[in-house]
Amino acid sequence: MAGGGLVLGFNWLASCKLTAEEEKQLPKEWSKINGYLKIAHNGQVTIMSPNPEGGQNVKTSMPMIIADELGVDWKDVIVEQAPLDTDAFNFQFIGGSQAIRRGWPGLRMAGATARHMLKMAAAEAWQVPIDEIETSNGTLSHEASRNTAGYGEMALAAAKLEVPKEVLLKDNKDFKIVGTSQKNVDGKKIVTGQPLFGVDTQREGMLIAMIVHPPAFGLKLKSIDDNEARKMPGIKDIFPIKVFNEGYEKAFFDTRTFNEVAVIVGNSTWEVINAKKVLKIECEPIESSTDTRDRFGRKWEEHTPSGLENSTDHAAEMEAMIKKGGTVKRKDGDPEGALKKAAKIIEASYTAPFLAHNCMEPMNFFADVTEEKAELIGPLQKPELTEQTLSARLGMPVENIDVKMTRLGGGYGRRSYAHWMVEAAIISQRMKAPVQLLYTREDDMTDGIYRPAYHAKFRAGLDENNKLIAFHVNAGGVPQSPLHENRFPAGVVDNYLAEDWTIDSNITVGSFRAPSSNFMASAEQSFLDEVAEAAGKDPIEFRLELLDRAMKNPVGENNDYDAARYAGVLKLVRDKCDWNSVSENTHRGVSAYFCHNSYAAQVLDLTIENGKPVVQKVTSAIDCGIVINPDAATNLVEGGIVDGIGNAMHGGLTFTNGVPDNNNFDSYRMIRMNEAPKEIEVHFVDNGIDPTGLGEPSFPPIFAALANALYKATGQRHYHQPFISGKA
Amino acid sequence: MAKYTLNINGKKQEVEVSAETPILWVLRNHLKLVGTKYGCGIAQCGSCTVHLNGVATRSCMLPVSAVGNQEITTIEGLSEHGDHPVQKAWLEVDVAQCGYCQSGQIMTATALLNNNPSPTDEEIEGAMNGNICRCGTYTRIKKAIKLASES
Repeated sequence: MAGGGLVLGFNWLASCKLTAEEEKQLPKEWSKINGYLKIAHNGQVTIMSPNPEGGQNVKTSMPMIIADELGVDWKDVIVEQAPLDTDAFNFQFIGGSQAIRRGWPGLRMAGATARHMLKMAAAEAWQVPIDEIETSNGTLSHEASRNTAGYGEMALAAAKLEVPKEVLLKDNKDFKIVGTSQKNVDGKKIVTGQPLFGVDTQREGMLIAMIVHPPAFGLKLKSIDDNEARKMPGIKDIFPIKVFNEGYEKAFFDTRTFNEVAVIVGNSTWEVINAKKVLKIECEPIESSTDTRDRFGRKWEEHTPSGLENSTDHAAEMEAMIKKGGTVKRKDGDPEGALKKAAKIIEASYTAPFLAHNCMEPMNFFADVTEEKAELIGPLQKPELTEQTLSARLGMPVENIDVKMTRLGGGYGRRSYAHWMVEAAIISQRMKAPVQLLYTREDDMTDGIYRPAYHAKFRAGLDENNKLIAFHVNAGGVPQSPLHENRFPAGVVDNYLAEDWTIDSNITVGSFRAPSSNFMASAEQSFLDEVAEAAGKDPIEFRLELLDRAMKNPVGENNDYDAARYAGVLKLVRDKCDWNSVSENTHRGVSAYFCHNSYAAQVLDLTIENGKPVVQKVTSAIDCGIVINPDAATNLVEGGIVDGIGNAMHGGLTFTNGVPDNNNFDSYRMIRMNEAPKEIEVHFVDNGIDPTGLGEPSFPPIFAALANALYKATGQRHYHQPFISGKA
Repeated sequence: MAKYTLNINGKKQEVEVSAETPILWVLRNHLKLVGTKYGCGIAQCGSCTVHLNGVATRSCMLPVSAVGNQEITTIEGLSEHGDHPVQKAWLEVDVAQCGYCQSGQIMTATALLNNNPSPTDEEIEGAMNGNICRCGTYTRIKKAIKLASES
């Protein structure tokens, strides 16, 4: 095999092995080499993209990895969305910025194995040693015997061969497709409005279903008065459903706010919307409960209190918890002693509200469930896990459940909790008809699984030489803690204390783009700006000095970041933005964070126009290892930056007596074009390290870059999100 | 319920729906033209943008009875082969992330350029501010509009 590559000998996937039945069914034209790809007799290659596509562009970048190892021209590749198939594919989920990171070895093996099998077939056909066969752009050749053949000519023979246990992967320097910018494979369909999304699913005889849920968290459905709604035109049925049965032990992604909801089923969306307006439900208070939940085998107790909660109470309760203190998660040295001795103490508190995900495509799913089988089509992030949940709910084996993934009109974590797939299935089963369940925007926003509300207080002590000698973080949230006690600046301060706490709530929360990091980065990176200022140091140099300590003489052993890579993005952003020369009316803020295995640093430039901040430019440096598709990766980073600026300025969902105060885009403010940065520059560190996450890491740091730039512009520190909406 | 004959993408289409049914749902449910998207239902996000006699209009609040014989153009009817200069610019800049809002963005942008072939940045922002992109592709949308305006 040409070039020295890495040998991966693990049993990578079951998908390579064709069953006898499959082998008989092999079409003459298409030869399925393994679960990921098939090759047509004319050399055309179809590559299955295993994971759901939610805008991260994995539907393009994952097949690019396969195509590169296969050794074909990208223009000869057709990409198809794979269905959920746990026998053929691993990790068919998106979340935690893991798709590329986890997919990388398997995708490479899929391509490399297929290429090797094509070479085996050619070696057999030409009766030449396999090591002498070269491949290039979909062609096999053997120089000495002057044999050449297209992949298509060898595909059928290759597909019948036994799958090799070990193959060589390419050297990084030999990548031809990885590292090149390729257009979104669904681009044309998107700009021409072709059906791609869950809501676009059509089926003969399909009914439309919507839910009516209790208006407040802390309430449950008691009864339904459907006298009027039933008489509305086009309405087929109205009934309550229970999403999970009594006694079901909910898994990690089974979070569901209202276990019982009313359902309206009708012929068309508008008719159901009209019936929804007149359906009356009666609700009653929930009782406090404690449920055992399962996180991949690890059990935990989830306590849900009764009562109607208020954001103002949450703020006061969090303030009280800050005063009381929490559970010590890490302590190095003598933090209190060091703070007492400090020449200067800097202290600040930060808060952030609940956030709604607000995917532009509201929650929805198609279901066609009969007694024997269930067909589900729609957008979700964790299809395998939701399928297991559905299997338990319907009492139907997973083999009889067919889940097809559509493009997601946004996910950001919300579509990890695909209870609506279960709901759609229950409704279809009852109606004995194909059903599309659609949440209205109001349902989507008020029946959410939100980013928790948070509060963090920091204290830092500087000695007389302005050296950071003590650092204390006390953080918590409703109902989850955002603390990562072993992250920077843990490891760079001799006297360090991290403690946290939580406050129980019946408001359901879950993953939201860079969970917990999205708050901790904003708080910690704002605070470090303040500490640097108190120390009389440049904010980038201050951070670099700390990271230098982490490299040379770290405190403690359990520091979960690579200080050199962290410093690397700071230096790159410093150089690219020309940190030390900023024009007179421009105000600059810097921030950097490590999460989801990748490093991001950002410098935000703003001006004040007519008394309002205008973000002129954001310069971003990212270390996510090898970048598969640079332009698409840039797009994703740009998106994280815009999303972060929007949430920092305006994001927030508050509650009054359990009722969300916002239910649509007239009252929940989203960033719009005029507030987006006029320019975004994205630079990637080129280090050849295996790829890590990119969906999330650009999002958390930008909040603080904005806060720090606003401070430069106005002299006001911003401690409470949102920075602009709701403020005088 | 009443019968309406609509002029959509240059074709006469007959539907039987109640008078207040928004064009959005007529398109999506009755005519199976699903490129026009539901986002908020209250004309705040722009996902449902169509052209009504060439003017960018939020179809989620446009009752079928108000349309008469005015021409409706949806994303599916913007060009025969997906080669409208705005669509081409969108592909060239590779604007989309999730892509859900983009048909509405394209319809708003097209209406803008029809009236104002060389808009300034401020004019682009003014026209596009009614369209939310949750993924945050605004800088690329602006770039694509400028590219289209040059062609």
